Amino acid sequence: MSATLAEDIIPAFRPGAKFRFDAVRKAWVVLAPERLFVPDEPAVAVLQLVDGKRSLGAIVDDLAARFNAPRPVIAEDVATMLTDLAAKGAIRL
Amino acid sequence: MNAIEPTLPRAAEPPLGLILELTHRCPLQCPYCSNPLELARASAELDTAAWCAVMEQGAALGALQVHFTGGEPMARKDLPALVRRAAELGLYSNLITSGVLLDPTSIAVLVAAGIDHIQLSFQDIDAEAGDDVAGLRGAHARKLQAAELIKSSGLPLTLNFVIQRRNAERVPRMLALAEELGAGRVEIAHVQYYGWGLRNRAALLPSRAQLDFTTEVVEAARARLKGRMVIDYVVPDYYARRPKACMGGWARREMVITPTGKAMPCHAADSLPGFAFASVTETSLAEIWNADPAFLRFRGTDWMPEPCQSCDRREIDWGGCRCQAFAMTGDPARTDPACALSPDHALMQAVAFERPETAPPYVYRRIGAAEPAEAPFEAAD
Repeated sequence: MSATLAEDIIPAFRPGAKFRFDAVRKAWVVLAPERLFVPDEPAVAVLQLVDGKRSLGAIVDDLAARFNAPRPVIAEDVATMLTDLAAKGAIRL
Repeated sequence: MNAIEPTLPRAAEPPLGLILELTHRCPLQCPYCSNPLELARASAELDTAAWCAVMEQGAALGALQVHFTGGEPMARKDLPALVRRAAELGLYSNLITSGVLLDPTSIAVLVAAGIDHIQLSFQDIDAEAGDDVAGLRGAHARKLQAAELIKSSGLPLTLNFVIQRRNAERVPRMLALAEELGAGRVEIAHVQYYGWGLRNRAALLPSRAQLDFTTEVVEAARARLKGRMVIDYVVPDYYARRPKACMGGWARREMVITPTGKAMPCHAADSLPGFAFASVTETSLAEIWNADPAFLRFRGTDWMPEPCQSCDRREIDWGGCRCQAFAMTGDPARTDPACALSPDHALMQAVAFERPETAPPYVYRRIGAAEPAEAPFEAAD
């Protein structure tokens, strides 16, 4: 599944969603009402930039500067991942 | 292909959630309550320190969420103290409540204590019918007030509607209320037939046509509300072809602690014969989770009979529900009869087939002799 989103939107965790490091599993987890996700490494890199202030475009810029992939590819991956977490109730777009 | 794998029990994955049944006391008397038929009295409940110890051990073991439930968990005056301890431990806290004891003071106290999420249960969308189920006049109106209080506190709100033969036609209005209230999540949950629900099955079980209607309504609403509201849908097993992954698998994700401190893999496990569940006052949570025979009994797939053992869905449904296997066949180790592949599947179909046209009256959940309802906790810290 691929997704496109306007780059000026500001993604944020929904009220009630928490993103934290679990010392027992040594993994980042997203906790939301009756939901629990263990994001993979690329998703963790994205979610660490979701602060309710940065725009989607700014998040993609940051990742494009750090990872060796074309910006449009990163933009699509980020949009797909955030759309998925929005459908699961953890992120607000 | 599993032949070369060692058959010794592997170290258990840590639990994800602690389900704390703080009390069996409740102002409501819903005839489908998940509590056992034999309810614990207030004097037998764990005290604050014991519940805090459970959360401390659970967090150290790897639990990430704590669910405060009951009975009505708000009947415990120390609920804010327990919520505060959960927050200190980094546990995601979820209050599962009927809402009838919620008022502006108590919601403020819970928010200050650090509650993360509240799930508010409704018996119906129609006030009179809802009050009939709850066995309490005015309950529905109080729940609507509670929903407004939760919403204006800024907390995420989940509405839980319990579906049965008397209200299945009203699911569209239930979803409309959830949307109107801005709930982030709604559960359209058909009654599960254990404990009091099993006792009242004839009074509650919907028809196949009713179930199909609710499924259709939920699917349409999911498509329409995608990204705005999550809708969880739970169906009754009696019309199923495959069993549900009860509790996400026996002793695989959750640990239930009863009001008196018994540790169990699910709410209804007390109904199973031949099990002696350990008490958290005598045994550590780690020892129970990793080594208690009751927890090991149906964990994973080694215990499974055929046709489960060779089924490619064995790690999807984890063998379904042990309590249902026992309730229907008298043997908790048999294949869940909800599965069409079970040799006992006809037992489930027979129940649906023999469902009475006219619903008998409810047998209300009562705690033995009536106990005076306790006032909700005070604002004072």
